[in-house]
Amino acid sequence: MHNFDFVKPSTIAEAVAALSHEGAQALSGGQTLIPTMKQRLAAPATLVSLTGIAEMQGVCLGDGGLHIGAATPHATVAREAKAHYPALAKLAGGIGDPAVRNKGTVGGSLANNDPAACYPSAVLASGATIVTNTRTIAADDYFQGMFTTALHDGEIITSVVFPIPEKAAYVKFDQPASRFALTGVFVAKYAGGVRVAVTGASQDGVFRWHEAEAALSANFSPAAVSGLAMESRHMIADLHGTPAYRANLVKVLTSRAVAAAG
Amino acid sequence: MPKDGGIGASTKRREDVRFLTGKGRYTDDINIRGQLYAHFIRSQVAHGTIRKIDTRDAEAMPGVVKVFTSADFTGVGGIPTGWQVTSRDGQPMLEPKHPVLAEGKVRHVGDPIAVVVAETLDQARDAAEAVEIDIDELPAVVDMKAAVKGGPLVHDEIGSNLCYDWGFVEENKAAVDEAFKKAAHVTTLDLVNNRLIANPMEPRVAVGDYEDHSGQHTLYTTSQNPHVIRLLMGAFVLAIPEHKLRVVAPDVGGGFGSKIYHYAEEAFVTKAAQILKRPVKWTSSRSEAFISDAQGRDHLTRIQLALDADHNFTALRCETYANMGAYLSTFAPCIPTWLHGTLLAGNYKTPLVYTNVKAVFTNTVPVDAYRGAGRPEATFQLERVIDMAARELGVSPVELRRKNFIQPDQFPYQTPVAVVYDTGNYQATLDKLLDLSDHAGFEARAAESKARGKLRGFGLAHYIEACGIAPSNLVGQLGARAGLYESATVRVNATGSITVFTGSHSHGQGHETTFAQVISEMIGIDASQVDIVHGDTSNSPMGMGTYGSRSLAVGGSAMVKATNKIINKAKKIAAHLMEASEADIELKGGKFTVAGTDKEKSWVDITLAAYVPHNYPLESMEPGLEETAFYDPSNFTYPAGAYGCEVEVDPDTGKVTILSFTAADDFGNVVNPMIVAGQVHGGLAQGIGQAMLENCVFDENGQLLSGSFMDYAMPRADDVPFYSVDHSCATPCTHNPLGVKGCGEAGAIGSPPAVVNAVLDALHRGGFTHVTHIDMPVSPSRVWQAMHG
Repeated sequence: MHNFDFVKPSTIAEAVAALSHEGAQALSGGQTLIPTMKQRLAAPATLVSLTGIAEMQGVCLGDGGLHIGAATPHATVAREAKAHYPALAKLAGGIGDPAVRNKGTVGGSLANNDPAACYPSAVLASGATIVTNTRTIAADDYFQGMFTTALHDGEIITSVVFPIPEKAAYVKFDQPASRFALTGVFVAKYAGGVRVAVTGASQDGVFRWHEAEAALSANFSPAAVSGLAMESRHMIADLHGTPAYRANLVKVLTSRAVAAAG
Repeated sequence: MPKDGGIGASTKRREDVRFLTGKGRYTDDINIRGQLYAHFIRSQVAHGTIRKIDTRDAEAMPGVVKVFTSADFTGVGGIPTGWQVTSRDGQPMLEPKHPVLAEGKVRHVGDPIAVVVAETLDQARDAAEAVEIDIDELPAVVDMKAAVKGGPLVHDEIGSNLCYDWGFVEENKAAVDEAFKKAAHVTTLDLVNNRLIANPMEPRVAVGDYEDHSGQHTLYTTSQNPHVIRLLMGAFVLAIPEHKLRVVAPDVGGGFGSKIYHYAEEAFVTKAAQILKRPVKWTSSRSEAFISDAQGRDHLTRIQLALDADHNFTALRCETYANMGAYLSTFAPCIPTWLHGTLLAGNYKTPLVYTNVKAVFTNTVPVDAYRGAGRPEATFQLERVIDMAARELGVSPVELRRKNFIQPDQFPYQTPVAVVYDTGNYQATLDKLLDLSDHAGFEARAAESKARGKLRGFGLAHYIEACGIAPSNLVGQLGARAGLYESATVRVNATGSITVFTGSHSHGQGHETTFAQVISEMIGIDASQVDIVHGDTSNSPMGMGTYGSRSLAVGGSAMVKATNKIINKAKKIAAHLMEASEADIELKGGKFTVAGTDKEKSWVDITLAAYVPHNYPLESMEPGLEETAFYDPSNFTYPAGAYGCEVEVDPDTGKVTILSFTAADDFGNVVNPMIVAGQVHGGLAQGIGQAMLENCVFDENGQLLSGSFMDYAMPRADDVPFYSVDHSCATPCTHNPLGVKGCGEAGAIGSPPAVVNAVLDALHRGGFTHVTHIDMPVSPSRVWQAMHG
């Protein structure tokens, strides 16, 4: 790891100011950035920690649903979202291992937008709103492909607002080595319809499976997806699965998520 | 009643007190005043010509002492190979030079090109980024068959990528071919034995130190065999005589074979410390270990089994391509040959066996022994082809094996592949396995799984392995460039306590506990009076170290031999003190008695007399009580067993869950049942890892795709079941004094075919009868692809 300066502001305004300097990089839970720096693949001049900002912490009910501070660790979400949005809490409780869950944050995961991360599927399936220091971004506009988001340089996610569904479930199929999602499907049923988001499978990152949403909106049952075809054309091919395998997992896991949602 | 001490007692491991409380002293814990840090710059391409290395900018950077390249190692030998294999045509194998630092060419990703030595590790790493290296990338050869069919040459100077073409038993080839022509049934299976990365918890570390005034070198290193490193590095690489070279392997955090070999980094730090007159330390990062530790397995095999109309095995034929990687690691040539071809009779009466092995150079990390080494490859193909034959013939895989077993009254049994099994009882372990795994209840469990939409299967595998290596005269004939005896010095102190210096090396095996149990049993003193010392060439006799499940069978036997010398001498002293005939002296429970009398001397009376020889037969016997013995085994030991695995397959995702795993092993006599069970548990975890998870994969350019734990799947606790382990079916080894057989590798040898057989059984029961084989690891995607692809 190269040397760097470290600042830990206590307000969003201070963080934004610190990030405006050349070579500054936001640091949340550091579960991706720190290993990358240890590998000397990233060498920011200054790390601006976002974990000391009180207003970016915590889980509470508010306008539009469940508000989660962007710097809230997964373990806290797993604990505190349980009463309000159990499927989201379960997703948070299944990320990585205890050390990862105690450090990693929802904002960090969303800003990184790893194609195999869990959180993007919950955000997209919930139609959540990403709140930044300058604006709000709808989930449907936020994810723009692998490791790519609508965020501007220096923009900080401050919180995420999750509308609470009637029913929901996340089913993840582990990649055997990393235990990231080889494929994960989040299904959320709202009064206005069902949303289905898939992570881990596509070369374009997290995506909504619209055909399944239509079928499940008409008939919210595991069998509703059995007649659907999932294209494998844009699926990821790697050591752990072929595109056809991932396409199959999308169907199987969607059906299982519907069953789990009850 | 279980014993609470001595042989047969499940004594808790005394070494765990320091390991579990953070008091272990590993090589990286060694820091010497004035120490410098080495950072290796490694090739990022698999094959290329080095055009230029410019170190000037780097050498001007803060803290940098020197940047080394191959130019600094011109007077130094290459890393030697410890085994020479002879090809079918009588020619010795091709043995290209393996330089300490790359000379002219790089041959695999990770090949060391230059080393920055600096005051701190960060300074060394910073400066490494300033070393300018210009490499013309060449096409890489990764596929073994392509490599021998005119692919790019890994070593231009030897003119071929075929290291050797070995046939065994060559004289039997025609008879084997004839038996296949006459066979009523032939089963043919093409398979891959996947390449593995050992990944011991402690990465490799080496610290070199040099004393200018005496010319004394010291190397601290993460080794399973410090004397072997001293011999190889001293004699062949750096030309340092043994008395000026001390090699210390302190606590070592796991090896699994990968720490047997002499590595370039060891020679580097030793030489650099001499050149710079300061200690030099290198600690591997985990990422570096993935591309610089010798890897394991990587065979491409066609196995064929011939059977007569009564389903007797009549012949076995095996054609294997074995990947050597880019250079020959220390024992690489013997793994696919003498540790593989000699195991192909398995537990069976097959009268004719022929193996052809082509060892191939590729632009990949070198391959050598990894837990089991050759024997897992042999066992996997044999136990898979037998299951496949049973399926083709519509007979029970259990009964097909039983029918072909070597019978208990046939021992000692001369196999058609040179080795002679001394003892065994394969029926007994099979019966034990079927009982322990409730085989009778399997159908009911399968029905229950089916009701839940899951496919349940049972897989059986038998194994035999040759370990406790090895008779020196035999291995010498087979091409070994070393002896494979073991040594021990038993030093009895004046007040009766004992220090044993063993040539074996413990890096997880528990020698400090078990070896003390043996001495305690032999003399009748408490094990707390015995300390086991290992790992330092300066205080122990020349030893060959620990691998091939040899510590107790060979090292323990040396210790028993030395202890018997001690006891004989002690009896002489006792006879003198009690004015009795030596023949009448008995040692029991730490007391010497004279048969038929009430005369008695304690152990301490005798040891004191030996060191305070006031009343002592000085004219006929030396004072003191210290003996050294070397033990050279007359045969291998042949542990064997039956392994059973029960799995459930999710037909929708292909995910395999191991529900139970049962191991019925015959290890002969057992010194510490708890430690033996632990050894089996660890071996099973690694075997299940190979079968289900682990896979080292290079792309066509020689880039490692599974270059970190993000993609190389190590088994975790929840990947393995609770094991049922038994070693009650014991047929003691007939040729070592303890009657013991090796137990360290068995789990890794016997388990992979049991897992894969279970998966195939589940698929067949589920109606997926078109699936005849799935290569390891049987990952969810591979299983699903086999079912639906």
